[in-house]
Amino acid sequence: MQHIRAHVLVCGGTACKSSGSQKVRDAFARYLEEYKLQDEVMLVETGCHGFCEHGPLVIVYPEGTFYCRVTADDVKEIVEQHLYKGRIVERLLYREPLTQEQVPNYDEIGFYKKQHRIVLANCGEIDPENVGEYIAVGGYEALGKALTQMSPEQVVEEVKKSGLRGRGGGGFPTGLKWQFAKASVSDKKYVICNADEGDPGAFMDRSVLEGDPHRVLEGMAICGYAIGADEGYIYVRAEYPLAIKRLRVAIAQAEEAGLLGKNIFGSGFDFTIHIKEGAGAFVCGEETALMASIEGKRGMPRPRPPFPAVSGLWGKPTNINNVETFANVAQIINNGAEWYSRFGTEKSKGTKVFALTGKINNTGLAEVPMGITMREIIYDIGGGITNGKKFKAVQIGGPSGGCLPESMLDLPVDYDSLIAAGAMMGSGGLVVMDEDTCMVDVAKFFLTFTQSESCGKCTPCREGTKRMLEILTRITEGEGREGDIELLESLAENIKATALCGLGQSAPNPVLSTLRYFRHEYEEHIKNKRCPAGACEKMLSYVIGDDCKGCTKCARNCPVQAISGAVKQKHVIDQSKCIKCGACMAGCPFKAITKG
Amino acid sequence: MKSLADLHALRDKLKSDLKLRKESGTKIIIGMGTCGIAAGAREVMAAVLDELARRHLTDVQVQQTGCIGMCDKEVLLDVLRPGEARITYGNVKPEDVSKIIANHVVNGNIVEDMVVGKIENK
Ligand SMILES: Cc1cc2nc3c(=O)[nH]c(=O)nc-3n(C[C@H](O)[C@H](O)[C@H](O)COP(=O)(O)O)c2cc1C
Ligand code: SF4
Ligand code: SF4
Ligand code: SF4
Ligand code: FES
Ligand code: FES
Repeated sequence: MQHIRAHVLVCGGTACKSSGSQKVRDAFARYLEEYKLQDEVMLVETGCHGFCEHGPLVIVYPEGTFYCRVTADDVKEIVEQHLYKGRIVERLLYREPLTQEQVPNYDEIGFYKKQHRIVLANCGEIDPENVGEYIAVGGYEALGKALTQMSPEQVVEEVKKSGLRGRGGGGFPTGLKWQFAKASVSDKKYVICNADEGDPGAFMDRSVLEGDPHRVLEGMAICGYAIGADEGYIYVRAEYPLAIKRLRVAIAQAEEAGLLGKNIFGSGFDFTIHIKEGAGAFVCGEETALMASIEGKRGMPRPRPPFPAVSGLWGKPTNINNVETFANVAQIINNGAEWYSRFGTEKSKGTKVFALTGKINNTGLAEVPMGITMREIIYDIGGGITNGKKFKAVQIGGPSGGCLPESMLDLPVDYDSLIAAGAMMGSGGLVVMDEDTCMVDVAKFFLTFTQSESCGKCTPCREGTKRMLEILTRITEGEGREGDIELLESLAENIKATALCGLGQSAPNPVLSTLRYFRHEYEEHIKNKRCPAGACEKMLSYVIGDDCKGCTKCARNCPVQAISGAVKQKHVIDQSKCIKCGACMAGCPFKAITKG
Repeated sequence: MKSLADLHALRDKLKSDLKLRKESGTKIIIGMGTCGIAAGAREVMAAVLDELARRHLTDVQVQQTGCIGMCDKEVLLDVLRPGEARITYGNVKPEDVSKIIANHVVNGNIVEDMVVGKIENK
């Protein structure tokens, strides 16, 4: 056997693949051979590292060198300089956005330093299509331990004691949910993994499935043992082809190795897992709609009770959890509830994976202990606001969540503090907004999403969100009326109280939270027909200031002859004619025209 | 796989393949500057990899470095054991490798007559 002296990890997550990592991988294979290094350097394709913005990523061990935005053309240089001669290719290293400093090593990058990776521990570190690598880092140990050394009661008890709560949005205590399903008496029970991930901008579940699929399978099997189920389904959206492929490979390899199937670890416990591809409607992520969809019916929610633990898939007791929830289970069994509950806060234990997007320097996936402040996530991990702009708000929890202002930045991020502040954990989407964002417009954006995803089964959600959206639209178009805010508030309360499922019940949240923290912006729009952020196009007016030299260029550029003025005299815009095309401002050589 | 013991056996076998991605024990660092390569650094590297494989020393890391300004003493090979001084050997030939690995890497005894430099561990 050859001594392997270096590993080259090429990211094969969805984002890096789409930015060309396959070509990078192929180029490595070619040049390693050309330099006769193929026997001493191992080439591995991994899942997502969460830093997709800087992809395709390549990490070289043993040094742990972190190369960003690698193209196939860079590969020869990495092979010749780094792998052959031992010289790091500095131009491909990551630079900290705030200091411009080059950082050679993975674990010294600001984005990773404050993270604590439990769920994502293996993502980007192992080959997801090789069960051997998962086993080598301790995989399936927890399943073995549960099956051979613990009773189902002990497993449920351990998960309860750990304090783990559902990561799919609601935050329901996982151990308690398992206990309910276990208590139901039936000849058949099911375990479902919810991998529908419908929140726009969220991709943490996809990354876990692509980067470490066995961890999810292991969590599901442990759950099956605990509640007495022998069959599981993973409901994953069809838009995730890579995740589906890796899951299929993982299931096949686990079966081959005897880690799924009949009589696992000689314990007498059987467990099989199927994949069900979902068509991708947001409401299908709701548990009752999801089960209807697996049964081949239309994905529409039904009233609860009965809860799935009593009557779920095909009327049988069913336990349904989110991908990230299952991904925590093996570590809890391996290291114990006490170890797990050391992370996080009193009522929110462990870590949470967030998808950072918006006007932030480091977009990507970050796993942090619960209770960390929003400020730490945005500034220390996220690297601050882009282009040196001012922070305005952060939207958390997707279409069901809310917007928090600057004054809330030191809020500890956990389930209960977020709810108290009018937002919610949701699936963990974080959209950071700067001073140029209009909060009424943001509320309108999210409501447009939920409105179009409403399944239409119940009136408050179907009609109520439509009315709210009409009001928001007219406010942003300068047609807002006295009393609109009060109308929004009463509609919101009504929908929250009467909608059938979580989609409708949480749809008003973005509106309510922006009204709570940014009410003056609504008022400015309605009373003064002005958008303070300068974002609502229909309310803008273009104004010529004192820097005007009277060059006449704008008057000639204006498509509707709205600008008048003599040569070398200050020009003026006739607001009643202006169609807000922006041509005058773009063309003024003296930057004399502003909008606001 | 039929039992937890089978899983453990398999894991122990596979574990060493991934050690490189975690912090490791002893490091061997070979000078791969231009004159190092001209003096035969690649051949020394090959001898090191063979010797490590022969002795199943899977957790020894092999790294390379560029020119360190002692070009006349190439090939240069450093051994760095955790917590000990970094020893630089000079004029290393492929046939010296097994002696260095046996004495120093495995047993911690420096091969004094080949040492050309020493950096104390801080
Ligand atoms: C409209 C709607 C969409 C949902 N989408 C998802 C989703 O994409 N993924 C998910 O895990 N849970 C989603 N949920 C929550 C599920 O109904 C369910 O509570 C969750 O899967 C339970 O798992 P957990 O306890 O592990 O969080 C959604 C709920 C609603 C009301
Ligand atoms: S609240 Fe909306 S999505 Fe939910 S059942 Fe009613 S209409 Fe459908
Ligand atoms: S282009 Fe600018 S400087 Fe020239 S007339 Fe218009 S506003 Fe004045
Ligand atoms: S924005 Fe367009 S329409 Fe209005 S004044 Fe300028 S050029 Fe004319
Ligand atoms: S896909 Fe490569 S870092 Fe996310
Ligand atoms: S090239 Fe080897 S020491 Fe200078």
